[in-house]
Amino acid sequence: MTTEAIIDVRGLTKRFGDLVAVNDVSFAVQRGEVFAFLGPNGSGKSTTIRMLCGILEPTSGEGRVLGFDIAREGEQVKEHIGYMSQRFALYEDLTVRENLEFYAGVYQVPGSERKTRLVELIDMAGLRGRERQLAGQLSGGWKQRLALGCAIVHQPPLLFLDEPTAGVDPVSRRRFWTMIYGLARTGVTVFVTTHYLDEAEHATRVAMIHGGVLRALASPAELKRGALQGHLLSLVCDTPMQAVALLERAPGVREVALYGTTIHALIDPAQQTAEGLSAWLGDVGITVHGATRIEPTLEDVFISLIGAP
Amino acid sequence: MFGRIAPIILKEFIQIRRDPRTLAIVLAMPAMQLLLFGYAINTVVDHLPTIVFDESRDAQSRAFAAAFHNSGYFDLRAQAHSRAEAVAAVDTGEARVALLIPPEFGNHLLRGQQALAQLVVDGSDPNTAQTALFAAGMVAQVQSGEAVASLAERLGRGSAASGIELRPVVLYNPSMLSVNFMIPGLIGLILQFQTLILTAFAIVRERERGTLEQLVVTPIRSWELMLGKIIPYVATACMAVGVALAVGRFWFGVEVAGSLPLLAALSLIFLLSSLGVGLFVSTISQTQTQAMQLAVFIMLPSVLLSGFMFPREGMPFVIQQLGLLIPLTYFLQILRGIILKGVGMEVLWPNVLPLALFGLAVFGLSANRFRKRLG
Ligand SMILES: Nc1ncnc2c1ncn2[C@@H]1O[C@H](COP(=O)(O)OP(=O)(O)OP(=O)(O)O)[C@@H](O)[C@H]1O
Ligand SMILES: [Mg+2]
Repeated sequence: MTTEAIIDVRGLTKRFGDLVAVNDVSFAVQRGEVFAFLGPNGSGKSTTIRMLCGILEPTSGEGRVLGFDIAREGEQVKEHIGYMSQRFALYEDLTVRENLEFYAGVYQVPGSERKTRLVELIDMAGLRGRERQLAGQLSGGWKQRLALGCAIVHQPPLLFLDEPTAGVDPVSRRRFWTMIYGLARTGVTVFVTTHYLDEAEHATRVAMIHGGVLRALASPAELKRGALQGHLLSLVCDTPMQAVALLERAPGVREVALYGTTIHALIDPAQQTAEGLSAWLGDVGITVHGATRIEPTLEDVFISLIGAP
Repeated sequence: MFGRIAPIILKEFIQIRRDPRTLAIVLAMPAMQLLLFGYAINTVVDHLPTIVFDESRDAQSRAFAAAFHNSGYFDLRAQAHSRAEAVAAVDTGEARVALLIPPEFGNHLLRGQQALAQLVVDGSDPNTAQTALFAAGMVAQVQSGEAVASLAERLGRGSAASGIELRPVVLYNPSMLSVNFMIPGLIGLILQFQTLILTAFAIVRERERGTLEQLVVTPIRSWELMLGKIIPYVATACMAVGVALAVGRFWFGVEVAGSLPLLAALSLIFLLSSLGVGLFVSTISQTQTQAMQLAVFIMLPSVLLSGFMFPREGMPFVIQQLGLLIPLTYFLQILRGIILKGVGMEVLWPNVLPLALFGLAVFGLSANRFRKRLG
């Protein structure tokens, strides 16, 4: 261990019968990082988190979380982490306060600190005045923040969030992320899965997983720089659908994807240029209104990674 | 050690309080079942339509029949012309009781020999049947006494006379389950149903709503979760039994003849097996509907084979043996023993032993399965 790795896994694998849900995944997360785990549905994100939390035994490979072995010391792992499951796991027939009190009891937050801690969490989640409301009557954003409050009631140094923003409106999402970055500033390490690529943009590092295989792992900037082999062009033309079909056979074009009415094309700079491609399209009868080189977004990187054969 | 169990128990009680369905199962169900069963059975019985087939046709037989009528319990509606006609009248429901007096009745009575009479009673309503038997017994006794006395007076010697012997035949429900008989059975059934269903529900509900997944990531150990889930429903089961006993006592006048502490202690032993089954159901079911179906499926043999509804004595041998595999079978004997007969351990232990063994085995296996399925 060079720096302080708070999560360190090697060759982590989980099989469900014939299905390899997580396939030989290795990575390390440093203290204080906001580590985004990105992947489409069924790619093995939740399975990975479950193994890290010590509730699912890996088929093979090993891992340490906070220095504890995830296969053998799951109980210790559980005491020191916070976890927010994919569905906000609140007791809907309990009030906001009762939910928090329950988890405070379960995590054995000392009685002397409990009161101030609950006030703190209620303030943080913006739930003041709603303490006596049943959790089931809260709307999505409130529920989400309450669930976060329950997950960090014992002030864990490491927080696992499994798709915490699924099904929540954009304003609530932003507010939630403000809370997460606030936690990160106090030194909490955050491991978060998502399929919102814009959320991953702000992460310290991003891991991309597909079909259980780790495809990339770097900071968002590095990913954008390194992951794409070539230059990314944005093209605007009259008949985009047709253009995409044609571009797939164009010389020096690696990949094509349609974003609304704009085409993104990945070109090999040694063989092709923006001007050259416009001219080529003009030759096959398509009017091009603009072709500019753009910085790739994470989405481009993601599509290029999982689209790759 | 109880640090993490307490919050679970507290939470469970809050949820019970807020869930009308659970509350109804806990409090209303025992009272309702008892009243339903009790009222189906316990109605005031008199003026039972009675048919008489008198083959003796003399002063003695007529006096005997008249005494039946005069008791107020029986209305002599008709004279039958054959034994078959009398029994048929009970069959069709025209009469609830048939009094059959054989030809030699009067003569035997006069000579101080035992005079036989037969009473055929419709047992489909146990309470009616019981009242009928009781009343008829009284009438026969009084008449018998009078006959013996007049004989002694006439012959001027002591009573070597035998009087009247009434032979009852109860149709349809020979063991005559009555409310007294029902109350212990109901208590057993309520205990079993409540702990099984509510424990299973409490766990499956968390699985359904996803909170179980959240719980297993907390430092709660599986045994802590298990105890936290079980203890509240043992408590509510005790309340339910309290309600049932109170209704039995104050409404139907059925008092617990034996020791209450013994009843409580043996009930806890019985609970081991139903809690175990509840845990087992919770490990199998993904939804509360599944849990309910499974629970009913498991409970059905208990209701049918334990002797709660049908007396075990009347069952075919194989079915009787199957009944021995059901904890409620033993517990019913215990309940009836303590509540109705007031007996203690010295009589009950042959039932307590298998009950305890069953309880430990079922609970142990289920708890183990629960631990594995959760971990
Ligand atoms: N307990 C299980 N038994 C069998 N297969 C499972 C189990 N859990 C997950 N899987 C399978 O493993 C694969 C990965 O599932 P996982 O839940 O980790 O995906 P995910 O990335 O979290 O997806 P999502 O975005 O939908 O939450 C899926 O194909 C899933 O069906
Ligand atoms: Mg998932």
